[in-house]
Amino acid sequence: MRGLDLEYMLGLVPVLLGYVPLTLGMAVAGMALALILGSLLAVERVIRVPVLDPLVMLFISFFRGTPLLVQLFLFYYGLPQVLAFLTQINGVTAAIMGLTLHFAAYMAESIRAAIIGVDRSQWEAAQSIGMTQAQMMRRIILPQAARVAAPTLVNYFIDMIKSTSLAFTLGVTEMMGATQKEAAGSFLYFEAFLVVAILYWIIVEALSQVQKALERRLGRAFAR
Amino acid sequence: MIAVEGLVKRFGDTTVLDGIDLEIADGERIAVIGPSGTGKSTLLRCLNFLDRPEAGRLRIGDLTIDAGSASRADVLAVRRRTAFVFQNYALFANRTARQNITEALVVVHKRSRAEAEARADAILADTGLADKADAYPAALSGGQQQRVGIGRAMALDAELMLFDEPTSALDPEWVGEVLDLMRRVAERRQTMLIVTHEMQFAREIADRVLFMDGGRIVEQGPPERLFDEPRDPRTRAFLRRVG
Repeated sequence: MRGLDLEYMLGLVPVLLGYVPLTLGMAVAGMALALILGSLLAVERVIRVPVLDPLVMLFISFFRGTPLLVQLFLFYYGLPQVLAFLTQINGVTAAIMGLTLHFAAYMAESIRAAIIGVDRSQWEAAQSIGMTQAQMMRRIILPQAARVAAPTLVNYFIDMIKSTSLAFTLGVTEMMGATQKEAAGSFLYFEAFLVVAILYWIIVEALSQVQKALERRLGRAFAR
Repeated sequence: MIAVEGLVKRFGDTTVLDGIDLEIADGERIAVIGPSGTGKSTLLRCLNFLDRPEAGRLRIGDLTIDAGSASRADVLAVRRRTAFVFQNYALFANRTARQNITEALVVVHKRSRAEAEARADAILADTGLADKADAYPAALSGGQQQRVGIGRAMALDAELMLFDEPTSALDPEWVGEVLDLMRRVAERRQTMLIVTHEMQFAREIADRVLFMDGGRIVEQGPPERLFDEPRDPRTRAFLRRVG
């Protein structure tokens, strides 16, 4: 057994930190899009639009039922062969697209459960004053469902941050890809991957603090 | 002027409203009494389309619709002419007392925010809740929540205000303040249809009392007549039971 090369590890930190913006950027973009798509899917599952409903169920089933890595390969390497206009797609875009669709399918189910959990009196009160379905959802139901769904959605965001590491398989040099290159040059695999593991860990822990603040904010109306 | 003709509502095989005919004059205050499970609440809910009637015609002012085949637009039009006060208050949990009142004015009736807030503040002052304007429902007592609920309905200037057992869920200590507020609404000759178990209150403020049983209006008349000289045996039996 050899000792850890601490000097190498410390030197690697600033190098890898340079890739944090790309990693977080993909995760934030993916999360924002997945939230929008997931909410739309969830609302559809609740109100069940004819014709659309089976398609939405199929979408959710496929993107929950297949590995994210397979989906990424399908988008990046596979789709351009059948859809010519996609040959221009770059790795980052494909990764964001894959993360969005994959996590939207998961979030849809969580958001749907949270929507159904909103007390019936809230739906009736909104209907009684003459709100349209869209007004009711946007102003009354979804904000209350958000409070219930928030902890689960933050969990998905954490998972999404870590899943951005798969983008390196599409040739994107993000945090994981950069580590791989560094390690291949130095042969210090253990040190390199330990550093990147710790960096992911710190990012996720920092996010947990944001989660606490978010839950306080969303719970404001319910404090006695 | 409000007219209901042949209103029918079924839940599965059970007929809850068995052809209700009812005319309500502008400014008339009507109390609906009767045993539980006889369709009183369902009648109110059908007039606001919280429950969808199977058949019947509904006229509210200049709006006439076939209740059995009402379109989405018809439903919204009816709801925008009626206001509903719920037994369990049903305040928007994610909105403050003031926002509960402004919500419909701004979102549904497209008033300016300033106008809606001025109206809300006037109503909150009127209902003795000026200091609770920024409180969320969870921080209010049952009586305060129901006063906001009534305030939310008042703001709509509805052609018909529907009260579904507004004091039934309240602790006894809060019943008085809610009835006081309803009395003040009644004094303004707001057209009201009130399902209630408060017989004394019904006698005091109603122009007319309806007794319902088995999905029908069995008997109706001015409160003194109905309470003191009930004609139908079912009315007599009910009034004896509730003392």
